[in-house]
Amino acid sequence: MKEISKIPCRKSITSTLVELGQDDKDIIVVTSDATGSATLDDFAKTLPEQFVEVGIAEQNSVGIAAGLASTGKKVFVFGPACFYVARSLEQVKVDLAYSQMPVKIVGVSGGVAYSQLGATHHSLHDIAVLRTFPGMEIYLPCDARQSRRLCQYLVNHNKPAYVRVGRNAVPDVYDDDNFEFVPGKANMLREGNDLTLIGCGETVAHCVEAAEMLSKEGFQARVLDMHTLKPFDKEAVLKAARETGAIVTAEEHSIFGGLGAAVAEVTSQECPVPMRILGVPDENVIHAKPLEVFHHYGFDYEGIYRAAKEIAMSK
Amino acid sequence: MESKELKRKAELLRRRLLTLIYQGGTGHTGGDLSVLNLLTVLYNHTLHVDPKNPKMAERDRFVLSKGHCAEALYVVLCNKGFFGEEELEAYGKYGAHLGGHPDNTIPGVEINTGALGHGLSVGVGMALSAKMDQKDWKTYVVMGDGEQAEGSIYEAAMAANKYHLDNLVAFIDRNGLQISGSTEKVMPLESICERWTAFGWDVKTIDGDSVEDIVYALDHVDFTNRKPHLFVSKSTKGLGVGFMENVAKWHHGVPSAAQYEEALKDIDNRIANC
Repeated sequence: MKEISKIPCRKSITSTLVELGQDDKDIIVVTSDATGSATLDDFAKTLPEQFVEVGIAEQNSVGIAAGLASTGKKVFVFGPACFYVARSLEQVKVDLAYSQMPVKIVGVSGGVAYSQLGATHHSLHDIAVLRTFPGMEIYLPCDARQSRRLCQYLVNHNKPAYVRVGRNAVPDVYDDDNFEFVPGKANMLREGNDLTLIGCGETVAHCVEAAEMLSKEGFQARVLDMHTLKPFDKEAVLKAARETGAIVTAEEHSIFGGLGAAVAEVTSQECPVPMRILGVPDENVIHAKPLEVFHHYGFDYEGIYRAAKEIAMSK
Repeated sequence: MESKELKRKAELLRRRLLTLIYQGGTGHTGGDLSVLNLLTVLYNHTLHVDPKNPKMAERDRFVLSKGHCAEALYVVLCNKGFFGEEELEAYGKYGAHLGGHPDNTIPGVEINTGALGHGLSVGVGMALSAKMDQKDWKTYVVMGDGEQAEGSIYEAAMAANKYHLDNLVAFIDRNGLQISGSTEKVMPLESICERWTAFGWDVKTIDGDSVEDIVYALDHVDFTNRKPHLFVSKSTKGLGVGFMENVAKWHHGVPSAAQYEEALKDIDNRIANC
């Protein structure tokens, strides 16, 4: 694996908002006692008039955000992903998605980032749930640079959206700013025709690493960075299915209803190919550090490599 | 519009409301009738809104947190000119624009409601925005009394106090009944005024059945006291229709043809006395 970046994705987003918020006073940040965990100290200090602290009250923070957005404010809500897609889910459904209020929920420390804190603090259901809300967009950026680009886009984007980022810094998938980011369009990080590896968020770097390992054994894996889970890039999936004939998905999410399911919904109906869906099975996650959890359930680079090799050899 | 005229308008709208529910075959009749006076006064006396320009930047904001009483809102909005009578005619029919709860594709509706306990938070966000921008427009939120059991309301109540939202006016339509019966049996709410006072709100009780009382209350809100405002609007569920008044089953009841005729007689008597 590549070296870890110095900047976590959450920090990349909040730093971008500090910059943009100085010139655009309509940018508002709402949080629920998550100033520290969301890395909002700079924003709160630099732009106190644009910072709303509601205390430990996720339902209220989403409702207030909807009210602010209805008047033209560009609102970002920050807090642990686990709470925003559970405790305040109805507010996300009704006040944001159904009402089409263009609030951006930034769920920090998503997936299994809280590791040993256990199931109360994991958000392994968020993609599955939010995919079913009409009009709700879902983004899982894979590194700090992409998080920044996403934030710049979302500030003036007139749709409700959920962004899930982790807690720790992650390796750079994009080494400089010279990369394309088109919301709703997967990025092909590596070409290949033997099979396709698709990741989202932190698993993208693992897919890239697994592809390197496979290459050494003569398998050329295509790698897709599926940064947008909704709207979903159906065309990229179908192209991958037709051109490579096998797909492995890897996600820091339940194996139900997430990236793998979204891919399978497309391929099963239009171009069935052998697939492996790597993620967390139907059980409460073991207590371990995040990368240990990735490894335990086989959605780290080694697990992806193993599944990919198996599926490629069975073609 | 003055009280006498408002009173007559409320009764004419009561007639239209009953017809809407009867013909549409659906509606939260009891609560519609208890909140109708309040909505009539708000839209025809207090709110600065323009039906020809529903998104006017400086408009007052209104949120019907008790979204199940959409029918009362619809007849008031239609009468005000936000949309045509044909929308009411289609209510309850296949593909109608107007649903059983309000949504913001309907002119004059700010936010979708129907899940209880949401509206006050949204109102706090609106009022906070006006404070941030030093705007004079006000935010009004109408809640139900059964709705007061939703915990999220008290999250919003705390935030309104923290941000000194004296530009926010909330109401509780205190008709005393919810779908399962008396609010005091389902989940005791009293002493509701003390509760909200303890949350830092400026609390007053009004007679929600009295147009004059509502007008007076809305004309005397102190928008400079650094406190959010709450009116506990004591009302009668099913107001204006004798056999519906204070009967819990009319929460979501739809009258039969005979009941509809009987209800209209009651309402026509009220109109004649205005």
